[in-house]
Amino acid sequence: MNTHAVRVIYKFEMMRAWETLLQSFVSPVLSTSLYFVVFGAAIGGRIEQVQGVSYGAFIVPGLVMLALLTQSISNASFGIFFPRFTGTIYEILSAPISSFEILLGYVGAAATKSLIIGVIILVTAGFFVPLEIMHPVWMAGFLVLTCVSFSLFGFIIGLWADNFEKLQLIPLLVITPLVFLGGSFYSIHMLPPAWQTVTLFNPVVYLISGFRWSFFEVSDVSVGLSLLMVLVFLTACLLVVWWMFKTGYRLKQ
Amino acid sequence: MQPIVSVRDLSKTYGNGHHALKEVSLDIARGEILALLGPNGAGKTTLISVICGIVNASSGSVSVAGHDNVRDYRATRGMIGLVPQELTLGAFDTVWNTVKFSRGLFGKQPDPAYLERLLRDLSLWDRKGSMLMTLSGGMKRRVLIAKALSHEPNVLFLDEPTAGVDVELRRDMWALVRRLRESGVTIILTTHYIEEAEAIADRVGVISDGRLLLVENKLELMHKLGSKQITVELETALAGVPGALADWSLQLSEDGTRLSYSYDPHTADARIQELLCAISAAGLVMKDLKTTQSSLEEIFVRLVKEPS
Repeated sequence: MNTHAVRVIYKFEMMRAWETLLQSFVSPVLSTSLYFVVFGAAIGGRIEQVQGVSYGAFIVPGLVMLALLTQSISNASFGIFFPRFTGTIYEILSAPISSFEILLGYVGAAATKSLIIGVIILVTAGFFVPLEIMHPVWMAGFLVLTCVSFSLFGFIIGLWADNFEKLQLIPLLVITPLVFLGGSFYSIHMLPPAWQTVTLFNPVVYLISGFRWSFFEVSDVSVGLSLLMVLVFLTACLLVVWWMFKTGYRLKQ
Repeated sequence: MQPIVSVRDLSKTYGNGHHALKEVSLDIARGEILALLGPNGAGKTTLISVICGIVNASSGSVSVAGHDNVRDYRATRGMIGLVPQELTLGAFDTVWNTVKFSRGLFGKQPDPAYLERLLRDLSLWDRKGSMLMTLSGGMKRRVLIAKALSHEPNVLFLDEPTAGVDVELRRDMWALVRRLRESGVTIILTTHYIEEAEAIADRVGVISDGRLLLVENKLELMHKLGSKQITVELETALAGVPGALADWSLQLSEDGTRLSYSYDPHTADARIQELLCAISAAGLVMKDLKTTQSSLEEIFVRLVKEPS
């Protein structure tokens, strides 16, 4: 294994985050705090409890997921798209490094950055609402699995996109609506029965539900199903990435 | 002796149907400088890209020091350094960091002393902390070379290394290439500049339309294909070539003062003494005499124009 290569790619990607500290870490914390102000204080004042949890605390797992998903995708997609865009990808392709090692460097760094952001948001949330995590191991598991699988998804977008517009297309037009409609700010049981059924086709529902269960032991779907869905998504992403590397899709002609 | 790079029946057809390489076979000897000449779109960059692993071959094989470049890609790529044609560098990294990155990417332990020597050799040491975006084109070219050499490769590919650089930098590059060769590095360069191949290459390969037309020792190529021309300047202008010299296929200049005769110096056509006697016998007075040999450029133009 070319550990030096994995290390330099990982380090390079992490350095990029430190060099753009405001954009990378401060911005998601600020937007999460704004969500707390708007949803937690303004609207939360009118909704006392959801499934026995105060509304302010109820939205924390959804907010963390919202940040994790968007950050994982944007970090990983930009990480691989930019060298393709500038042409510096030639160096990666001509180096003695396997597809797995490339993935480890880029996706590892993107997942780490998202994880850091997730933890920062959790800590920030602690300043707004009292937080209790009933199943910390499950919480950490969901956190890591989500970071990794959505970083993989971002990596796929970064390989697929051939311009900046496409790079933003999926996160803006698909992911953000799915997260907002996936129960970040409400329980799907608050929806009319027909919409509840429709919402079950949204994969993000399972992520948020499982993650929320690890905090409060309340969920929209069973935690086992949530875990299964995350693992299915992770496997699907791995298969797509494997196919992309095998065929050289958008990397090698 | 086993060639360090061996290319066998290599073909490449791109997705759009463009047949960029057509059954190219080539052996590159250890420690030589090989110049690949060819017009735009001839397939030079594709050939290099396939050897380096950036482009997949449609058929054929490549081996580096006996290792197949697909099966044993770690071994082959670790031996190769590539300087691309375009100035493809990140913008916000520093010279030092980008060179360090390249060394790590190729699986080498950090070696600040070696990298310092390398940057000093390339006159980049003073700019080691500079952001890449602040460097001039020539400096960026040097950085690309430093990156390619950062992992101490045995084989260095230079794709149009002096395209768009000034004369001074070009000569610096040539000196660097010669130094690298002396240190045992095998160098393959593609170029449009015949002057470049003529100045530094040991062997010259000519590619046109995806086919490798020939690979020859540079001097032998010039020797074999290079024709000579003798030009006689006359004391008085002529209206036409005198009838006594009609058998010699002479060319008369427009002003009628110069007679030229092209010949192959290695064949029986080279009857210079006879020609001069014939000119004298025709009553012409010679004022001056000069001979010229065709350059690699003329040979190249002739080769790529010939139907394959």
